[in-house]
Amino acid sequence: MIRSITQKKSDVEIDRLLDGLGRIFIIGCGTCTTLTHTGGLPEVKSMAESLRAKGKLVTGEMVLPVACDNMTGETLKEWSAKMDQADALLIMTCAFGVQTIARQSKKMVIPALDTLFIGKETAVGQFDEICTQCGTCILGETGGICPVTSCHKGLVNGPCGGTNNGKCEIDENKDCAWTLIYNRLKELGRLQSMRKLQGPRNHQSEPSPGKFILPRGDQ
Amino acid sequence: MVSNFKKALESGKFVVTCEIAPPKGTNLDKMRHHIELLKDKVDATNITDHQSSVMRYPSLGGALLVKECGGEPILQMTCRDRNRLALQADLLFAYSRGVNNVLCLTGDSVIFGDHKEAKGVFDLDSSQLIMAIRRMEKGKDLGGNELDGKVQFCVGAIVTPEANPLEPQLIKFEKKIEAGAEFIQTQAVYDLDNFRKFMDYARQFPVKILAGIILLTSAPMARFMNKNVAGVNVPQTLIDEMASAPKGKAINKGIEIAGRMVRQIREEKMCDGVHIMAIGREELVPEIMAAAGLL
Repeated sequence: MIRSITQKKSDVEIDRLLDGLGRIFIIGCGTCTTLTHTGGLPEVKSMAESLRAKGKLVTGEMVLPVACDNMTGETLKEWSAKMDQADALLIMTCAFGVQTIARQSKKMVIPALDTLFIGKETAVGQFDEICTQCGTCILGETGGICPVTSCHKGLVNGPCGGTNNGKCEIDENKDCAWTLIYNRLKELGRLQSMRKLQGPRNHQSEPSPGKFILPRGDQ
Repeated sequence: MVSNFKKALESGKFVVTCEIAPPKGTNLDKMRHHIELLKDKVDATNITDHQSSVMRYPSLGGALLVKECGGEPILQMTCRDRNRLALQADLLFAYSRGVNNVLCLTGDSVIFGDHKEAKGVFDLDSSQLIMAIRRMEKGKDLGGNELDGKVQFCVGAIVTPEANPLEPQLIKFEKKIEAGAEFIQTQAVYDLDNFRKFMDYARQFPVKILAGIILLTSAPMARFMNKNVAGVNVPQTLIDEMASAPKGKAINKGIEIAGRMVRQIREEKMCDGVHIMAIGREELVPEIMAAAGLL
């Protein structure tokens, strides 16, 4: 399943964002940030304790089932009394959740997390970025492994000089995407597709910000 | 107009290039000194482009200074800092000012440099930059639009003969040649047996190959490169040889080794020339050349 991978902001940054705000309502998410232990129930409780220790008044804390879901508006209504008492909402969901909540509430929203990437859990406790939604999919020529996402430089014509015994020179924990692609294509007997000189990529397949409107007949 | 460097490559002589790094700032004295020292001894001088992602005076400015001093520059261009508009614009400017040799590189990650939070661009990669140049030579830009005044470059690229696994690197090498690379300057080679094998393969392609020679300055420096620089492999025998040098004389040993390698490559006609990188010690290039019997 697609997951939004997050990381807690530093205490220094959170303190700065909450400076002058005495009454805080904390919101976590039961889906992605629970999985990454960045905004599940234990983290929300720990944040509440930490804020109280810093002299803040926590007017309430709760964990939404799926923060990015449209149902979030309904759930928030049930908590409106405690939320209304707060100066701001401290949100321990990914940025999708933060923005969903911002649209449903008149309160100031403050993210406690940084959203790193959209990925999946590839081993216990390990999350990898899989797709950057570039809009010009070349997986058909790369053995189903995405170099736009998995190569640090997003190269589409093969490895750079930084390929290092199957790893990327920027981080020994990161695989060289082009070594993976090479091994896979070799296994498939399709190395020929790696030999194809790929032209410059189209970076404006869907000019940012993305918007897609279903044709009338499909709506 | 055909560049002097291209003429040298095609003359069949053993070609020697070196590289000079622009300064961090506007004091050009040291770079000018290196250019003056080397311009008449080598066939061309590479000017590095924010080497290791460290922000410096631009390679284009350095290449112009080489021209002003009467030397032959090879403009290094990476794809890290400029999108296709900026790259093509700089190529137009370079050509208009007589800089007509380009080495196309993807570029190091910004993570290794001194602006670690910068955005790495990589709109094009090295082979696509070569394609862009060849298209501009036909009078069109990458958008398919007519140019009022074409360009003409001698275009080069790099290869890492010690990469592991090697085959993906060789596939990319072939794509660079297909895109239009005329010359290749290799990453540093130290194991000449390995390099000989690489050349047995590479000789089938219509491209001139200059073996990369990085001056060893000490045994710890050699160990550091083995550990930290992808695709560089200094054999233990060379590290031991560096370590055997008397205290304070390691650099002389490094010059001796580099000179010996250049001489061997030349005498055995292993490839078309050498690219000497005396990183931070450019003033020693003539000594390396002398040790190789080239001066």
